[in-house]
Amino acid sequence: MKSLNSGQLSVVSGQFGVRGARAVIAAAIGLVLLAPAAMRAQQNKPWEQIPIPKLHDFKPQQPKRIELKNGIVLFLQEDHELPFVSGSVLIPGGSRDEDKAKTGLVELYGEAWRTSGTAKLDGDALDDLLEAKAAHIETGGDEDSTALSWDSLKGDADQVFSLALDLLLHPKFNPEKLELAQQQAATAIVRRNDDEGEIASREAAKLVYGPTSPYTRQPELATIGAVKVEDLKAWHDRTLGGKLIVSIDGDFDPTAMEAKLRAAFEGLPKATAEPARHDAFAGPKPGISFINKDDVNQSNVQIVGLGTDRRNPDVPTLAVMNEILGGGFASRLFQKVRTELGLAYAVGGGLSFAYDHPALFRVNVITKSVSTVEATKAALGEIAGMTGTPFTQKELDRAKDNILNSFLFRYDTREKVLAESVRLEFYGYPANYLETYKAALEKVTTADLDAAAKKYIHPEKLAVLVVGNGAEIKPSLEELKLGPVQTVDITIPQAGTPEKK
Amino acid sequence: MQNRCFSWFWKCGLALMLAAAALAGARAQDLKSFEQKTTTKVLPNGLTLIVCERPDAPVFSYSTFIDAGDVNDPSGESGLAHMFEHLAFKGTTEIGTTDYATEKAALAKVEAANDAYEAEYLKAVGRDPKKLEELKKAFKEAEAEAHKFVVPNQFTDVAERNGASGLNAETGLDNTMYFWSMPENRLELWAWMESGRLSDVVPREFYKERDVVVEERRMRTDSNPIGRLVEQFLATAYVAHNYGRSSIGWPSEVGQITATEAMDFHKKYYVGANVVVAVVGDVKASEAMPMLEKYFSRVPAGPKPEEMTTVEPKQFAEKTVVIREQTQPFYLEGYHRPDYRDPDDAVYDAIGDILSNGRVSRLYRSLVRDRQIAAEAQGFSPFPGDKYPGLFAFYAVPLPGHTPAEMRDAIHQEIEKLKNAEVTDEELAMFKTRTRAGLLHGLADNQGLANNLAEYQTRYGDWRELFKQLEKVDKVTKADIRRVANRVFVASNRTSAEIDTEAPASAAKKDGGAE
Repeated sequence: MKSLNSGQLSVVSGQFGVRGARAVIAAAIGLVLLAPAAMRAQQNKPWEQIPIPKLHDFKPQQPKRIELKNGIVLFLQEDHELPFVSGSVLIPGGSRDEDKAKTGLVELYGEAWRTSGTAKLDGDALDDLLEAKAAHIETGGDEDSTALSWDSLKGDADQVFSLALDLLLHPKFNPEKLELAQQQAATAIVRRNDDEGEIASREAAKLVYGPTSPYTRQPELATIGAVKVEDLKAWHDRTLGGKLIVSIDGDFDPTAMEAKLRAAFEGLPKATAEPARHDAFAGPKPGISFINKDDVNQSNVQIVGLGTDRRNPDVPTLAVMNEILGGGFASRLFQKVRTELGLAYAVGGGLSFAYDHPALFRVNVITKSVSTVEATKAALGEIAGMTGTPFTQKELDRAKDNILNSFLFRYDTREKVLAESVRLEFYGYPANYLETYKAALEKVTTADLDAAAKKYIHPEKLAVLVVGNGAEIKPSLEELKLGPVQTVDITIPQAGTPEKK
Repeated sequence: MQNRCFSWFWKCGLALMLAAAALAGARAQDLKSFEQKTTTKVLPNGLTLIVCERPDAPVFSYSTFIDAGDVNDPSGESGLAHMFEHLAFKGTTEIGTTDYATEKAALAKVEAANDAYEAEYLKAVGRDPKKLEELKKAFKEAEAEAHKFVVPNQFTDVAERNGASGLNAETGLDNTMYFWSMPENRLELWAWMESGRLSDVVPREFYKERDVVVEERRMRTDSNPIGRLVEQFLATAYVAHNYGRSSIGWPSEVGQITATEAMDFHKKYYVGANVVVAVVGDVKASEAMPMLEKYFSRVPAGPKPEEMTTVEPKQFAEKTVVIREQTQPFYLEGYHRPDYRDPDDAVYDAIGDILSNGRVSRLYRSLVRDRQIAAEAQGFSPFPGDKYPGLFAFYAVPLPGHTPAEMRDAIHQEIEKLKNAEVTDEELAMFKTRTRAGLLHGLADNQGLANNLAEYQTRYGDWRELFKQLEKVDKVTKADIRRVANRVFVASNRTSAEIDTEAPASAAKKDGGAE
């Protein structure tokens, strides 16, 4: 049977290290991208002779939305291709809302909720029952929400739904399962400085948001040790009163399913909104920071600042700007640092947007120790150049083509359409957001880009973090002329050690 | 909003195992329905085209599967297959150049300059530093001259401007895969591009790209504790077969691969008989096949490259690798097993599933839940490849305060249980059910389906084997599992590797030279 490459034991190499997933990608410059001779016009572009017919008509199937009187929202997305039914309940409130002294609570909750099980059926018995049917019920915690999800073959769907509902409404948190989750969390904590990339992305975010921000503070042995079963129960009881979003996907009868969901959720009390957050986002202190790691021969360079949130009307312009800075093979960062200079396998970045708070501006370059300064300068040059040289129509056309011609991959499966509907509902965006976003992308001009770059790209406000092998980094980081190099202490506090201020 | 995995560096153990199980089989009517919408054609040049119609949305995904990977790198040229894969993004005689005829001459000069430099560099006696410097300069000049004709990244630029999504490639030990998804109205454009780079690749910007690949090695292997461990583990487990060789390439070798070597690799392995192209999505085979045939006939015909003669000899000495460094402890071991064609192939899958799949698995329940010595423990196979005899591997991640030795002992106790008693009826039934469901789940994704159709067509000569695997899975018995465990899991067939955590050399040591 097919070979399996377990994640960390991979022996597969490819084209990209970091790229894609994030809506990141930003800045760039007006440096000359191509050697002058390459500016000669190509006489013959055979690919432009190939006809591109009109795309087949396509109207993505929207899920049926039902709002219950208590505020709970249901989404039903039929898909009869395969005999499966899956579902999820999304619950507002996540790790950013947990007590600072108990950082890690939501992760522990997400784990122990499922492994504990219910009064009727403990987690271990639930495992046996479900796995025999190739079915799953899982729970998890994230930054702004927790979720319970399930999936099974169609024939088992009723039973699995009942079990999932029982777990949602009647969990019985088990101290032994909490302890198990704490042990695993402790393993993650003591190992968090083993991987250079993990250190770099974590510490760079802390430079921007601050080390104690709800978005970056990290679980410590002491804070996970402070979490008790009563805390999990209290968290559950509180968040379950929130505005739940229930979504179902797959091979089901819509009438029967709606009736079943109504019966299950209509009786719950009126949902109370999660209290609004009032976080401050100051952005980083400019300058250069360094973290030493003796066992690497490569530096992970992070250039970071504050991004924005998706409600910002400039987001369509910023998305196009990101594409030009770091969105693909043709982006300025990729062309310069990887293709032209050969200094990095992994290079990319941009100004990202979260749905309800400012995300990061982040450019990342991974390069051999001796070229740390050269590669950092090249990336900083691309960022500074974003405001220096006007964007060209050619760059704009290319970026728009890239984004708009692949836009339908945001909704080419019913599962993606459903996930998008849930996401928009959760963050309170209009249901036609993708359409208006696409229309706005189409209207972006080079003047918009120039204005946005001036407004959002501030090289003097960025922080640079280098994680690497200090003994090998020559010339030294001082050569960057970004001020004195600040060393960041990432020592892991032992259990019982008071947290550093 | 998406559920985060609680675990740290493995992404989602469960998902991985499901992916592994994703290919077992299904009921006959599923195969029948797939036969109705799947068309296969072998072209005169030997290349196989597969089209699977799945017209849900106006998009398609493709997978080009080359039956060659880094296991085929010639001696002294480890990393070559991967290096060529990078070259396949650099364009052709028609795309990526302003003037190919002149560029070709300039590239020949680059190659000559590199040969001259390398000859001096490799001199064992009498290397002249001054001459070396001059040759380096001459090489750089030749490179700059050739660069004048390059339109950088034009191949990928055209793909991305036409909506390519998920554009990437992967080189494994056994094979190389190229893939992306696109709007369906770009099918002909894609066919032009893909057949072009398979048949007409130009080694431009080769030496810059080699630097990029060396950076990739630093990231995946040198600067990653598990990457370092796995490289040493495989190099120890194998004495003869290329599965023991660094897949991304030993630094000295990948750092000296030449464009000529890469093009020779292409000539030998990128021939029709060695290539399967699968397209899945909103594509009508009756309309598309003639067009696809026209383009993919450009791929040179050529015999299927000869199979390698090396067979890993039977291991008779237990081997151990210990890495002492300041990272957290880790334990890994492996036992040689046969390749994927072995009649017991599905038995190994059963063992992997029963030991590792989810919270019901034996290793989880023993090491993680009950004894509470590990954060995660799994056994899986084949590793690092399946075309040739690979390993059945186990790994465990110790909880704080626990050691690799405890992981080893606990894993061995579970192995002994498999050898001394039969698994339960429930465990065996669970394996079969999960395998069937896993296959079905995999059918709902254009890209995943394209990859599987191409791989099964290559490995079994018939994509239907993707479904027929279930018959083999259904035949696995409890006695089979016990028999195979007793044959394979013996000490003399074992190689282990571990990280033992060392205290910092000197707590007083300064933070390094960057300050």
